[in-house]
Amino acid sequence: MLNKTGVPTLEQVQSVFFNEVTLSSFKAVIECYEDIPCNPCALSCPVKAITIAPTLHSQPVVDPDVCTGCSICVSVCPGLAIMLAKVQGDTAIFKIPYEMNETFSPQQKVYALNRSGEIIGEGVVLSVSNKKHQNKTSIIEVQVDKALLHDFITIRGIHHG
Amino acid sequence: MRTYDVCIIGGGPSGLCAAQRCAEAGLNTLLLDRSPSLGGQLIKQTHKFFGSKEHYAKVRGIDIAKLLQEKLTSFENITILTETTVVGIYEDFVVSTLHHNQYKKIQAKAILCAVGASEKFLAFENNDLPQIIGAGALQTLVNQTHVVPGETMVMIGSGNIGLIVSYQMMQAGMKVNAIIEANDCIGGYKVHASKLRRLGVPIHTKSTIKKAIGTDKLEAVEIIQLDEHYQEIPNTSRIIPTDVLCISVGLSPLHQLTSMLNAKSAYIQELGGWVPLLDDTYQCSVPGLFACGDMVGIEEASSAMMEGHLAALHVCAYLNQSHPQAAELIPYYENQLYELRNGVHGAKTLKGILKRKEAMNAQ
Repeated sequence: MLNKTGVPTLEQVQSVFFNEVTLSSFKAVIECYEDIPCNPCALSCPVKAITIAPTLHSQPVVDPDVCTGCSICVSVCPGLAIMLAKVQGDTAIFKIPYEMNETFSPQQKVYALNRSGEIIGEGVVLSVSNKKHQNKTSIIEVQVDKALLHDFITIRGIHHG
Repeated sequence: MRTYDVCIIGGGPSGLCAAQRCAEAGLNTLLLDRSPSLGGQLIKQTHKFFGSKEHYAKVRGIDIAKLLQEKLTSFENITILTETTVVGIYEDFVVSTLHHNQYKKIQAKAILCAVGASEKFLAFENNDLPQIIGAGALQTLVNQTHVVPGETMVMIGSGNIGLIVSYQMMQAGMKVNAIIEANDCIGGYKVHASKLRRLGVPIHTKSTIKKAIGTDKLEAVEIIQLDEHYQEIPNTSRIIPTDVLCISVGLSPLHQLTSMLNAKSAYIQELGGWVPLLDDTYQCSVPGLFACGDMVGIEEASSAMMEGHLAALHVCAYLNQSHPQAAELIPYYENQLYELRNGVHGAKTLKGILKRKEAMNAQ
């Protein structure tokens, strides 16, 4: 499916997610389902929580016990394939990479989109980060319903009229 | 006529890396590029690159171009001529150039060609309508000159260039109505495809364009599904309205310059078409003539940079002026290339390189 549509299966998505107990704090979720020659995530991780081995083509593996949820890997991934996720009460909170022109601000209501680009609900922007080291890749913190944990991937503004 | 130790033709990622190594070895180096600015295709690349730190991974292409050029600024033994097109090279290594309507000749002891590749085009009805454009030209138009040619776009080809350029056009404010791919799988990295899908861009595999529709300019495209033999399936066509049609169906190595010196070449499908044959030192069948980068086989810029370093180190040795660190650098860059090609996406390239080598040895 991923090879034909660009949309990974739910099984693929679930294979890179951690359980809800582990997700009580932010953890990196890496959706890199293909062997490609790339390792900035592993090299940039300040606590070496991401392993790419034995070769440069190997897929990254996150050690959730080591990952501090610092978000450095989110903006370095050239494939925009990394986000942070945590579960808080009935909600899921994400920190997603964003490189489109639309701008978002805290408390803004947004559409939550799935991996096919369909609207699956609404969310609230909690914060927007544009630090220099992110090199023009914004990191947007979004809160959505916990039911969307394995479905949510990005956001779009709600425009009326 | 000015003379140089080495004339490097092409200031893209491969040529820039080569110039650095030649200059470090003390060669009187000439770097020629037909464009106003160095960097080749890098200067249009607004996305972050893959690879590892040795290949400037996570750096945007446009910034890699700057970093590579900065490495040349400290050398007094490099002459850089931009807007200078090489129009001929001759048996005595006289290189004929065209700069602002003026022809000039220079003489070199060795020539290193790193001229890259050209885009392939597709044959279909009405393919000469305005607003039908190649991916490279579209990047120049939008990313370099900041002209957005329409509100909507259809992309033909789902290789990395097709996917990346689609993403860039969305960043420039265009809506990508569809990406069309003749094969049954997406050609480029799936992470690039997923980036587009989550923004609502449909990717249609086993499909191709039947014709472009419009009178004075493009208005829509007719898309049709293909069977496993790439034959059109009747009654599966549909019309997709669009302002712009972008073609990204692969690249062909530019072997013409080395062929001017009668360097042996061969058609190697895995490398993208006709390529000059090379020995293990990136030397063509003509002594003193070297080639590297996309013109010897279509790959990523990361590989082109590594080849540029390697080819230059061999040029230095050929001119009996070995680079002081050649003993460490040659195995280092060979290992870098091995790592880059040691995967699913590199298997085709490795097969092509083996064919190129066998063809050279058979000469």
